[in-house]
Order: sequence, then structure tokens, then C-alpha cells
Amino acid sequence: RPAEEVSARLAQQDQDEQNVLAAVSSRLEESLACSARAALQAIGAQEAALQAINQHAQKLKEAMEAESPPEEKSVQWKDLEAALMDRTSAVTDATAALQKAKQVTPHPENMRPYLKVASVRPLVLAAEENLHKMVVDLDRVVAQVQSAEVESKIVSQYSDLVQEAKQQFQKEVSSLTPEIQANWKGLTGKLSADDLNALIAHAHRRIDQLNRELAEQRVREQVHIEAALQQQKLEDQRALERAVSSSLQHVKEEARLEQERKMNEVREVMEAEMRTQLRRQAAAHTDHVRDVLKVQEQELRAEAEQILSSKLLEQDTLHRQLTQEQLDSFTLDMNAAYARLKGVEEAIDSHLVAEDEARRAHQLWLSVEALNHTLKTAGTEEPSVPLDSAAQMVRDSCRQDDFASALAEALPAESLSRGVYGEASLRARFNSLRSLVLRVALIDETHNSLYQYFLSYLQAALLFEDQQAAPPTQLSSEDLDTFKLLSYASYCLEHGDLELAAKLVNQLKGESRRVVEDWLTEARLTLETRQVVSLLSAYANAVGLGTTQAP
Amino acid sequence: MADEYGRKWDRCLADTAVKTVTGLGVGVVFSVLFFKRRTWPVSFGSGLGLGMGYSNCQHDFRLPYLIHGRTVKVSSQREKLLLNSVQF
Repeated sequence: RPAEEVSARLAQQDQDEQNVLAAVSSRLEESLACSARAALQAIGAQEAALQAINQHAQKLKEAMEAESPPEEKSVQWKDLEAALMDRTSAVTDATAALQKAKQVTPHPENMRPYLKVASVRPLVLAAEENLHKMVVDLDRVVAQVQSAEVESKIVSQYSDLVQEAKQQFQKEVSSLTPEIQANWKGLTGKLSADDLNALIAHAHRRIDQLNRELAEQRVREQVHIEAALQQQKLEDQRALERAVSSSLQHVKEEARLEQERKMNEVREVMEAEMRTQLRRQAAAHTDHVRDVLKVQEQELRAEAEQILSSKLLEQDTLHRQLTQEQLDSFTLDMNAAYARLKGVEEAIDSHLVAEDEARRAHQLWLSVEALNHTLKTAGTEEPSVPLDSAAQMVRDSCRQDDFASALAEALPAESLSRGVYGEASLRARFNSLRSLVLRVALIDETHNSLYQYFLSYLQAALLFEDQQAAPPTQLSSEDLDTFKLLSYASYCLEHGDLELAAKLVNQLKGESRRVVEDWLTEARLTLETRQVVSLLSAYANAVGLGTTQAP
Repeated sequence: MADEYGRKWDRCLADTAVKTVTGLGVGVVFSVLFFKRRTWPVSFGSGLGLGMGYSNCQHDFRLPYLIHGRTVKVSSQREKLLLNSVQF
């Protein structure tokens, strides 16, 4: 900024200088023009005066020295008078013009205040030089005029003397001859012999007087010459003094002007140097200020940033705290609501589930009952209807229940496709089988020739066993006899224990076993099916019990 | 199963009878043709027939208990493979 200020101020200063310069230059120009005009006029007038003076002197000389006829003389004298008039007028004009010029010419003292402004000085100096020149010219011309005047004074003195002499002469002539007219130009035709004689006598007397005066003058010549010389010397001295003084003044003026000019130059140089130095200083100052400002700016910025960051941090933590609080409370509320909602949902779901389960259990039970019922459709000779549909129903109704579905899967394929035999039919079959089994009792893997067959037939015919005998609780090795087994099995069958019967029958070996195999598989099938169904029904009952809701 | 038994017996008897008669017949033929009407070819033939029938019957009844075994010659390589596969 200082640089800008300085430059602004410099600009301002320059502007001011320019203004002043313009003003001063204009004024100077005006005054110079004025003074120039006046000087020129004065010079012109002086020269005219000079001319007039010279002319007048010339004319006077001519008038004095020329011997011309009276008419011409009168013309000459008229011319002379005109010339004299011209001269006087010219001289007055010249003096007036000189006076005016001297008036208009500004004195160097007036220039002093303007000299303070540097740029004006050359103009002022130039103006002063012009003025000086003008003054010099004027002085020169004035000197010329003065010399001319001096010369003309001499000539006029001489003419005055001559005039005086003439007048004297005329006076004398007139005193001598009063009747003669004053104008002696018309003298020659009107004078008488007396007059002429008187005149001649006067003329002689005058000549004598003049000779005497001449002699006297010759005697006093030296003295007069000395006096004149002295006078001349004085005059010269005076003129010299005047010239010296004027030239001294001129020289002084010139010296002063020179000095001024030199001073101006030096001042300008100094100014320029000072300006450059100042500029340098200003630049250094600006640099320094810029650096300092930069440092300061950084410091301030760091401080401000620190404050800002701390405030921000505060605000941030506060804000975060508040949000966290809000969030926490909100979360709490939400959690509570959610928990409640969840509870309600679960209650409803459990209700639903319970109802669903109940329904399913009911369905299962129904299907199992149906299955059970199909089992009972076994006739005396035919098997039951195929359990497939019922089993399918069961399977459908127990999709979600793994246990029940496993059980449903466990139903043997034969029962599904063909159905199972009832216990009665099995019993009947057994009874019919029994005799055959008895007959082949002796046949096994090793003894199976026809002879053995005969023997076993014989045994069967001869051996008598109880038709039915209660099986003991524990089977010993001797109980594994065919006949005994069969009677046990019959007993069991009669008492409805198919399982035990099957177990017992399972102990048969050899050919008896082979004969009974079919019956055994059938029995097994039936048992299996019945077991599965009973399990299913038990399960369905249990589930139904479990899911039954007390009203 | 019991039915099979009955069927077996039926078959057996029928087969035996047929064989016996056939044997008899062949015996007779042989006896007439080659053996100068002796009785022994007849009895021989019938006996043969009977025996055949009996044997067949027996075989039929034994059938479930018959095990047909056969030795399988295993090359040394396959033996090693087998051994290797057996090792756990």
C-alpha cells in the first residue's frame, strides 16, 4: 500500500506541478509576450527615434551647411521642423514605449515564488534569459539613441549657435537698419546704398570682432580643448560608468542566470537521484511491510483457525452428545415398542401355530383312524384293501411331522400295494399249515432225501402233541422242537398273540421253516403294519391330547 | 408255500409214474428185441424209471438246499487287488 500511496502522492504531486507549470507557463508566456511586444515596440520606437534623430541631425546639418536659395531654405527649414517634430514625437514615443516596456517587464524578484517548483525553473530561466536579452537589446538601442541624441545635441547646439549668431546678426542688422524687414532672405532687392554701407560696415566690424574672437579662440583653444576634453572625459566617464554599470548588470544577470541554470540542473539531477532513492526505499519498505504482513497474516490465521477448530470441536461434541442422547432414547423407545410388537406377534403366531398344530393333529388322528379302519377290512381269506390311499392321506396330513412321516414311510410296500391279512385269516392259514409242517418236521438241509420224507411222515402220523400248549416264559433248547413250537404257536394264535406266534414260528428250521416262510412273511407284514399303525395312532392321540385346548 | 409242497408231490409222483412206465416199456421193448423176452430188462427198465423218478423227486425236494459251488481261479494280480481292497 505505501507504494501505492507514494505513487499516488507522486502522481498527485506531478499533477500539481503540471497544473502550476501550466499556469505559470501560461502566465509567463503572457507576460513574456507582453514584454516582448512592449520591448519590440520600444525597440522599434527607439529605432524610429534613432532614425528620426539621425534624419533630423542630417537635415539640420544640411540646413546649416547647404547654401541654397531661400525658398529651398524655407522648405528645408519646414522639413527640418517636420523632422524635429518627428524626432520629438518619436523620442516621446520611444521613451513612452521604454517606460511601458520597463513597466511590463517582470522583475526577476517576481519569479522567486515560482522557482520552488522545479519544472518551472527552466521556463522561468528561459523567460529570464529572454527578458535579459530584451533588456540588453533595449539598453543597446537606448544607448544608440542616446549617442545619436548626443550627436544631434551637438548638431543642434551648433545649429542653435548658428541660429543665435544669425539672430544676433539679424538683431544687429535690424538695429542698424530698422526699416529692413526681419526676414533677411528678401534682403537683396530692397536695401539702399546706406543700408548696404552700414551693413558692410557692420559686416566688417563683425568680421573684425569675429577675427578677434577667433584669435581669442585660438588662444583659448587649448584651454577650450582641455575643457572640452575634460568635459568629454567626464561625459565619457559618465558614459563609461553607465555602460559599465549596464554591462555589469548584464553580466551579473547572466551570471545569475547561469547560476540558476546550473542550480536547476543540479537540482534536477538531485531530484532524479532522490526520487530513485526514494523509490528504492519505498520498494524496500513495501517489501518489508509485505513480509511483515504475511507473517502477521499467517499468525493471525493460525490463531483464528485454532480458535475456530476448538469452537467447532466443542460444537461438534455437543451436537454429537445431543444426537447420541436422542438416538439412545429413541432406540430405547423403539426397542420397547419392538419388543412389545414382537411379543404380540409371537403370541399371535403361537396361537396360530397351536391352532394349526391342533388342526393337523386332528387331521392326523383322523387319517390314522382311517388307516386303522382299513386294516379292519381284512376278510377271512382276502387281504385288506390296499393301504395306499389311507397311507397317502396319512402322509399328507403329517407333512410337517418328521416322526409321523417317518412312520408313514415305514409302512411296508406290500401292505400299501396289496393290503395285509387279518389275524383271523392268518390263524386259519396256520392251522391248515400246521399239519404240513408237522409232516416235514424231520427235513432240514442235510437230511432231505425222500426216505427222510417218508420217515418224517411217519413221525407226524405217530407223534401226538397237544394241539395247543402255553408257551413258557423262557424258551429252553428242548423247547425248540417243531411240534412243541407249533403247539405253542397255535396256543398264542388262539389267544390272539400273533407276535409271539410269529416269534415261535421263526424258530423253525429246515423244511418246516421253508413251508412256513410265506405265512411268516405275511405275519410279519401284518405285525409290522399293525405296529406302525398303532404307533401312528398313539402318536396322533398323544399329539391330539397335547394340542387340545381346554375350552 | 404249502401249495407248492402239494404241487411238488404231484409232480413228483407223476414224473415217477411216467418214468417207471416208460422204463417198463423200454424194458419190455428191449427184452423183446434184444434180450429174448427175459424179464430182467423189464424190471431193469422199470427200476431205472423208478429210480430216475425217485432221484428227480428227491432232487426237486432238495432244490432249496442245493449249493452249487465252483472254484474260481483268481490271477495273482487280482488276488493282490482283492487283498488290498480288503485291507482297511
